[in-house]
Amino acid sequence: MRHLLDTKELTYEQAINILDTADYMAEVGTREVKKLPALRGRTVVNLFFEDSTRTRLSFEAAEKRLSADVINFAAKGSSVSKGESLKDTAQTLAAINADAVVVRHSASGAPQRLAEAGWIDVPVLNAGDGTHAHPTQALLDAMSLRQFKSQITGKPTRGTDLKGMRVAIVGDVLHSRVARSNLWLLNTLGAEVIFVAPPTLLPVGIEDWPCEVYYNFDEALETHLDAVMLLRIQQERMHAAFFPSAEEYSRLWGLTPERFALLDQMDYETAVLHPGPMNRGLEISAVAADSDRSWVLRQVSNGVSVRMAVLYLLMTGGSAEDFYGN
Amino acid sequence: MTEHEATSSSEARVILSDADIDRALTRISFEILEANKGVENLVILGIPRRGFPIAQRLAEKIAKTDSDFSIERSLGQLDITMYRDDLRSHPSKTLEPTRIPSGGIHGKNVILVDDVLYSGRTIRAALDAINEFGRPSLVRLAVLVDRGHRQLPIRADHVGKNLPTASDETVRVLISEIDGVSDRVEILQGE
Repeated sequence: MRHLLDTKELTYEQAINILDTADYMAEVGTREVKKLPALRGRTVVNLFFEDSTRTRLSFEAAEKRLSADVINFAAKGSSVSKGESLKDTAQTLAAINADAVVVRHSASGAPQRLAEAGWIDVPVLNAGDGTHAHPTQALLDAMSLRQFKSQITGKPTRGTDLKGMRVAIVGDVLHSRVARSNLWLLNTLGAEVIFVAPPTLLPVGIEDWPCEVYYNFDEALETHLDAVMLLRIQQERMHAAFFPSAEEYSRLWGLTPERFALLDQMDYETAVLHPGPMNRGLEISAVAADSDRSWVLRQVSNGVSVRMAVLYLLMTGGSAEDFYGN
Repeated sequence: MTEHEATSSSEARVILSDADIDRALTRISFEILEANKGVENLVILGIPRRGFPIAQRLAEKIAKTDSDFSIERSLGQLDITMYRDDLRSHPSKTLEPTRIPSGGIHGKNVILVDDVLYSGRTIRAALDAINEFGRPSLVRLAVLVDRGHRQLPIRADHVGKNLPTASDETVRVLISEIDGVSDRVEILQGE
């Protein structure tokens, strides 16, 4: 593994290794000097063809904590045809001797093209491409779920997986790269994934995916969920009538105060996750977002740790093949 | 750098037995107390993996000698992987957590503990790592085995055994907490 393009390609050992490394990185964040010299003198380019605040900030924080030099490239407004512009950009990056590229693109597969076209010979990290994959988000969710599991069992996180956990992913699965990346990664780690969504927001062919599907949030809530992950309703991708109104979506598919109160009546703990940014009052109510069950802010902290881990693993140790032994 | 992977243990020559190791650590613990003139400001940091259990044993021996010494507040672990100078070319090693004792290391007398002193590069990395946590008033180095072949101007203050070796030989330290066998130090002939 030279690049991180998708969670589907990660083996169990690789995933556990990334999470263990991320735990180590998290400890660095609690130090007075939050910096490691591991990537000193290396240049990482953040190539963002699509808007992003938290992923870009998180990658930038991770790169800086590992002492890398950071170049931010926002390609917004580029009118050149996509394949051509990506190639030109890649060759520019190669010419300035970039050592790794973090790329977000609205076209699914753009990071893979960048990794495999031979334009530039450095590790490529996918920071979200179209509706395809968002591997670092899935990894930070897995890290949060692992911490949650560790809180309950009282055992340290290191080396553990998510076996036996039931995780519901609720909302717009159709457009969500977060849902897809989580599906593959959580499956690899032994968790059961439950998608909860209106039929209009589920992709064609979902019956072939390794998951359970519920069309009713309340029914899903009765099946012993260890975690509920709400997906953002992405206004920018709502180009058709997927549901009648925001009010109806919120009532049927949102984590309303009433549904949130149900969680308190259960005799087990359920964590609430959201990849952010949240639409308060739409997919998640304020009371749920601000509660003790909410992992939203810990997810953000874990995001930095996970990205540090991936950058470290891909950028050190000669070739990553040696490291992973394949 | 120490090679811990077994090549062929039949060719291994045992240099120190578990009793030898115990006696050496007892002596080092007294040396540390003597050099430090007591336990005041003493902090012991083991370098993973095998440096830590050795540091732990030194701390236990010191606590046995002087009841003012609190293992909890004085024993720590320092991972140095991120500070190595060969990160780019060597496969990433397993990372171990760093645990600095609650009192910190600023103004303390830090004893760094490792199993084998060889090129000195690990210790250089450890000195860099220590810097991130504060400015100790002094740093001393205790090792179980000094096998020579230094590549940097670094020496140990407390040595369990000086072991002249050829560079094609491998020194292997086995510690019960990690290796699950009784403690010993052995030399393996070059491959």
